Amino acid sequence: MNVEVTPLPGIGVRKDFPIKSGHRRIGVIDRKDGTIDLILSRADNPDVTDQLHLSANEAAALANLLGAPQLVARLRAEHRELDGVNTRQFPILRGSPYDARMLGETEMRTRTKASIVAVMRAGQVIASPGPDFTFASGDQLVIVGTAEGLEAAAEILSHG
Amino acid sequence: MVFEGTALSLIQLGAVFFGLGLLGRLAARIGMSPIPLYLIGGLVFGNGGFIALSNVDEFIHLASEIGVVLLLLLLGLEYSAPELVTGMRRSWQAGLLDIALNATPGVVVALGLGWGLTGAIAMAGVTYISSSGIVAKVLNDLGRLGNRETPVILSILVFEDLVMAGYLPVLTAVLAGAGFLAGLKTLSIALIAVTVVLVVALRYGKYVSAIVASEDREIFLLKLLGAALLVAGFASAVQVSAAVGAFLLGIAISDSTAHNATKILEPLRDLFAAMFFVLFGLTTDPASIPPVLGWACLLAVVTTATKLATGWWAAQQAGASRFGRARAGTALVAHGEFSIVIAGLAVAAGAVPSEFAAMATTYVLIMAVIGPIAARVVEPILGMVARRPSPPQPAAEPHGE
Repeated sequence: MNVEVTPLPGIGVRKDFPIKSGHRRIGVIDRKDGTIDLILSRADNPDVTDQLHLSANEAAALANLLGAPQLVARLRAEHRELDGVNTRQFPILRGSPYDARMLGETEMRTRTKASIVAVMRAGQVIASPGPDFTFASGDQLVIVGTAEGLEAAAEILSHG
Repeated sequence: MVFEGTALSLIQLGAVFFGLGLLGRLAARIGMSPIPLYLIGGLVFGNGGFIALSNVDEFIHLASEIGVVLLLLLLGLEYSAPELVTGMRRSWQAGLLDIALNATPGVVVALGLGWGLTGAIAMAGVTYISSSGIVAKVLNDLGRLGNRETPVILSILVFEDLVMAGYLPVLTAVLAGAGFLAGLKTLSIALIAVTVVLVVALRYGKYVSAIVASEDREIFLLKLLGAALLVAGFASAVQVSAAVGAFLLGIAISDSTAHNATKILEPLRDLFAAMFFVLFGLTTDPASIPPVLGWACLLAVVTTATKLATGWWAAQQAGASRFGRARAGTALVAHGEFSIVIAGLAVAAGAVPSEFAAMATTYVLIMAVIGPIAARVVEPILGMVARRPSPPQPAAEPHGE
């Protein structure tokens, strides 16, 4: 993908690229203060963009929504040859029993044979988190295991 | 109760701050820059105004000096040296057109009013420089940061700010008015100093950043403010204006240090810069405004047109549509803080007639208000002219030409 980077002196950097559907450009403005604006050029006018200001939290949530499925898809593709191994993602929702608790406390490996191989947080991938990793609402867990193992994992994460 | 000495000073200062706070709130309500309101606030008090603030004069004077230093320091912090260099390369043609079109009206009016060469040079700066603060705010408020013409507008602003770095020492030398040879000497010292500092900023910026950087907020603030005032003081001692010294220091500080510095200094700048605008208003006699009002209006009309032309031409070079060119032109119209900084230097040096302050105040008042309004209404108006349905929706404009 050919991302065009344009400096906006005093404000930050604009990064955008053309998308096929509707011949529009989509991208972000990375501001110096660390916040992000989402920009999408208007369908009928390539010169003008709609601009949405996102707080750091909102930008991270959006990055998760966009990034997590890709990571899962990639792991799934890698596991395709291995029969019975699946990859899925589960969110830690607000009020989830493991919100603000440590990974070790789920005893996921012992109880389900499934492994938490990665956590997506704030648009970052945290690979192979250790037992002392503390979950927070908004985290997306990437779990690998058998179909039954994954079902059991989902049960544990949502009901404890 | 006896209102004397310190008690009276505190009460006066408190009243000024509180009044500015209320004005600032009013400005935020109606979505405009507070600068014009601060100027009006200064006009209302001060010479020939309603109440004299005799007890806090000295404080306001020093505070306004610090205000100018902080204004320029933060302007420098906004840009990194490489940004300035690429901005300069990209926009030099538009930048030169900008100087030619927008400094000329100021020069012509100043000469026409018989203010001499000094007045002409100062007025050139006043009409030339757009307010990067107001422009950035307008672009952001109107959601135009992603537009095609926006990088063009911003790089013209960068060019203007760099020209400021060269222009201010020239202005200070001219204002000092020390004969031709002495003036030439001061000027060359100033320009050499600017060049040296700019090279240091480009090459050794990270060391400068390392010196002022600190984890501790308090230490950081003290080092930053101390460095800024020291540099500004030494700069003004060698006739490079204090403001330029601060600007160059700002450029030399880069990356995360610059970002933290901006965050920590912003409220301080707003406070002291407000004092500066008030002082400028204070030193302007409201009675001297009516005689220059006509000229100020004429100048406002002419420079609105010339700024529009500058932006139009520059955006055209970047391949923007008719609407984009108009947006770029109107975005540049706003004048504000730096026009007042220039006028403030001229007035403080006492090298210009008293009408100069009145002219600068009136002109900036008009331009600070016209700028944001012009940027807002340009699309509906062009839409109506093009007889498109639903004029408030700029989406109805034609594709790039």
